[in-house]
Amino acid sequence: MTTHAVPGVLARACSEVRSAGPDDAVAGVAPRYVARPADLAEASAVMRAAAAEGLAAVPRGAGTRLAWGGPPTRCDLVIDTRRMNRVLEHAAGDQVVRVQAGVGLDQLAAVLAGAGQRLALDPPAPAPHTPPGSPSPAARNGSGAGTVGGVLATGAAGPLRLRYGTPRDLAIGITVVRADGTVASSGGKVVKNVAGYDLGKLFAGSYGTLGLIVEAAFRLHPLPGAVSFVTLDCADAAAAHAAIAAAADSALAPSAAEIDRPSRRAPVRVGVLLEGDPDGVAERAARMTELLGGSGTSAPPDWWGRAAAAAADGTVIRIAFWAAALTKVLRAVDTAASTAGLDPAVSGSAAAGVIYAAVDERAAPGAVSEFVLSLRAAVNGEAAAGPASPASGSAFTAAGSPSRASVVVLHAPSDVRDAVDLWGPVPSLGLMRAVKDQFDPDHRMAPGRFAGGI
Amino acid sequence: MTAQASRAAARPGAAIDALVPRMTQICGPDGVITDPLDLATYECDGLTAHRCSPGLVVLPTRAEQVAAIVSTCAQAKIPFVARGSGTGLSGGALPRSDGVLIVTSRMRTIIAIDPESRRAIVEPGVTNLAVSQAARPFGLFYAPDPSSQVICSVGGNVAENSGGAHCLKHGFTVHHVTGLEIVTPQGELTWLGDGTGAAPGYDLVGAFTGSEGTLGIVTKIVVKLTRIPEAVTTLLAAFATMGAGGAAVSAIIGSGILPAAIEMMDALAIEAAEAAVACRYPEGAGAVLIVELDGPAADVARETAAVRGICEREGAYEIRAAHDAAERAAIWTGRKSAFAAVGRISPAYIVQDGVVPRTALPEVLERIAELSASSGIRVANVFHAGDGNLHPLVLFDDAQPGAEAAAAVVSGEILDLCISCGGSITGEHGVGVDKSRYMPKMFGPGDLDTMQLLRCAFDPAGLCNPGKIFPTPRLCGEVPGVRRAPHPLVASGQLEHF
Repeated sequence: MTTHAVPGVLARACSEVRSAGPDDAVAGVAPRYVARPADLAEASAVMRAAAAEGLAAVPRGAGTRLAWGGPPTRCDLVIDTRRMNRVLEHAAGDQVVRVQAGVGLDQLAAVLAGAGQRLALDPPAPAPHTPPGSPSPAARNGSGAGTVGGVLATGAAGPLRLRYGTPRDLAIGITVVRADGTVASSGGKVVKNVAGYDLGKLFAGSYGTLGLIVEAAFRLHPLPGAVSFVTLDCADAAAAHAAIAAAADSALAPSAAEIDRPSRRAPVRVGVLLEGDPDGVAERAARMTELLGGSGTSAPPDWWGRAAAAAADGTVIRIAFWAAALTKVLRAVDTAASTAGLDPAVSGSAAAGVIYAAVDERAAPGAVSEFVLSLRAAVNGEAAAGPASPASGSAFTAAGSPSRASVVVLHAPSDVRDAVDLWGPVPSLGLMRAVKDQFDPDHRMAPGRFAGGI
Repeated sequence: MTAQASRAAARPGAAIDALVPRMTQICGPDGVITDPLDLATYECDGLTAHRCSPGLVVLPTRAEQVAAIVSTCAQAKIPFVARGSGTGLSGGALPRSDGVLIVTSRMRTIIAIDPESRRAIVEPGVTNLAVSQAARPFGLFYAPDPSSQVICSVGGNVAENSGGAHCLKHGFTVHHVTGLEIVTPQGELTWLGDGTGAAPGYDLVGAFTGSEGTLGIVTKIVVKLTRIPEAVTTLLAAFATMGAGGAAVSAIIGSGILPAAIEMMDALAIEAAEAAVACRYPEGAGAVLIVELDGPAADVARETAAVRGICEREGAYEIRAAHDAAERAAIWTGRKSAFAAVGRISPAYIVQDGVVPRTALPEVLERIAELSASSGIRVANVFHAGDGNLHPLVLFDDAQPGAEAAAAVVSGEILDLCISCGGSITGEHGVGVDKSRYMPKMFGPGDLDTMQLLRCAFDPAGLCNPGKIFPTPRLCGEVPGVRRAPHPLVASGQLEHF
């Protein structure tokens, strides 16, 4: 790897800039420089310098989900947010926290727990694949589940999404730096607020393609006094679907309802999370057990929330669908997998309509590609052809509209990435390109990482 | 622009008149309103202080008609404004005399309900309450419940990101919308999102929701439905002072309980409600608190007992509990009638919609009382205490010269107070035309400029509900600070000031 001398304009902008090393590659693309701004002012200065030099920039937090998305078409500069790791304000009485983007989720959780509160996000933390004996950077700074900025930028969410939604639902304010260095905020630090456009929604899940997230404010929730996991094994997809539907349809307020099936011939494990006051949880767990069968325990099953971790170096595919289609989706996975000669692990938030299929890294790229394409064809075709109620089919077809499902490759080995379109069809791609053109007219922010090549 | 169109534009109103045949072709003769008297019925929304008779009103019944209408306007460079039921409180649907008002109230079909996926697909003119009514047989409801839910439309709710009393626990409109079919400001029919809530690409559903009609017009909405809770209990607690009521609110939230709603009214608001609907709230109350708890029955029973205990400890001298719908309605009557009821004690009033951090409530209420005392202008307080959303009602006599202006000053000072506490100028009513001048107090030039990039992506021509939200429109594609000629929107007469 060639070492590049840091241009003066960049060195003057930021107190910590260095030439990039081999570990700084983003999805295999080597940057020239790494800047670690200390604060918002430096972050803005770095972005101005990058604009002046025409540098393509990729934001990076702990790197937990840096493998998600496509490889950047250009990457000159990595902007590492981890020096910006301060909890700016924890207004416990208001159940609101304001943090810098580089704060680790684990670090934040520890601060909030002191006040009996939490940010109700539990994105899967990929299994560490650092060699034994060398603690990963993430483990060192308390960001094992990633940084706040990274979680927001990828829209990552875990089992709790059923009750609390995804990062976009909990963010109440955001401060970003635009590609040209302009600092902009929207929202604020109150939960209820409709003043102006909500840039937090736009930046949540934008993979760094619109600008650099520097600060965010979140709504918090009380830590539950008790938790109970009701778990059971189901013989097949239909039985698991029935259990998930019964849990979601019950009045027992589940916080999560997950499935997990490590291999096609294994039973489908179902787990339902109940949270709250200890007496209430015990009572609801008893009722949930009566409803579903199975048993309740206060510890999560070992497979809980590990959806995307199942294939840290392999391919992880996110399938989103309307919850009523669960059986059809699981069967479509099986059909596509057997055609491709694969046996993916399937798990995720079935009641919320988001599950993951994980294929290990030894699978042939062609087979993975075939699996993704046939799964995509099956769920798109199924959703258009078999609406849940008679009148609803026309609703989506009238405007040449999307199907009710999507199949997105979150991350994959490079040879798989080369073989398959990671995102599949994207509704309103034209509007998304227009948004990108406005925020980043020179296409210097994480170019090529996102849907539709954005 | 063709030579014919240029000539038409030279005479005020002529450009609009020229659209009538095409609009009639699209919507049919009974879908186009040109009579000045009929047009005048659309001159304002729920905020009657701002009025303007629209140039033309069209009443489409299908999404394709909306697309054809917008595309006609876009070609003729005529501004257009969407309107649902017209219940908005910030003038977001204020028409333009040189523009077309597109009323979606005839698009009121509930297209589908998918109970297992907990989704409904509805047209924009469907009323908020109608969605819950249609979902009820499946044990489901549509959670956002603005006070106007009997009449307000889901399309309007999407435009305003409407809240309601129960959004403390259940969230706002944006948390319950997973897909939108829209007509873009260029007249193209397209879907944002796919109803799953996890569609690939930017979250344009989230960005569009709450954009106050400035990014396009919604023609179909996929909403989330929520399981009807097993139990609901409503408590009414009377306190001698606002301070004691406020302390109870903090203690309830601090205990880890998340009620569905916590509402508070002060003595003046209680007096008005009593005069209007005889709500029979406890006599002599300086503040009443309404706390609603919902969820699994055992949890609700335990939380009800806990909330009762907290209220007693904080000095509540009377607590009532409602356990069925009729008793609940009796408690809510006073709160729900409060805005209109103020008409019984004052000829006119301004409804304000500021937000403060919940913990700042006691201080802010005290400062509002001081503002009221020093100005001699009465202020009644009704608010969503759980999330710090104040609705001060600033009372005045519109027969007195200068009284409205004086009330507006107090109302503005209350907003300044909210901003200085780290709050917001609007919690649920929107910015519209009413508060655009306050936006620069809450947001800096970089913030406003960046927000308008989104506007430029959707509506580069600036024809879709222009003049709302932003005090100064951004010229799309311009480099900031190097404008040399008059703004084209000013030059073309589409905007009065820049």
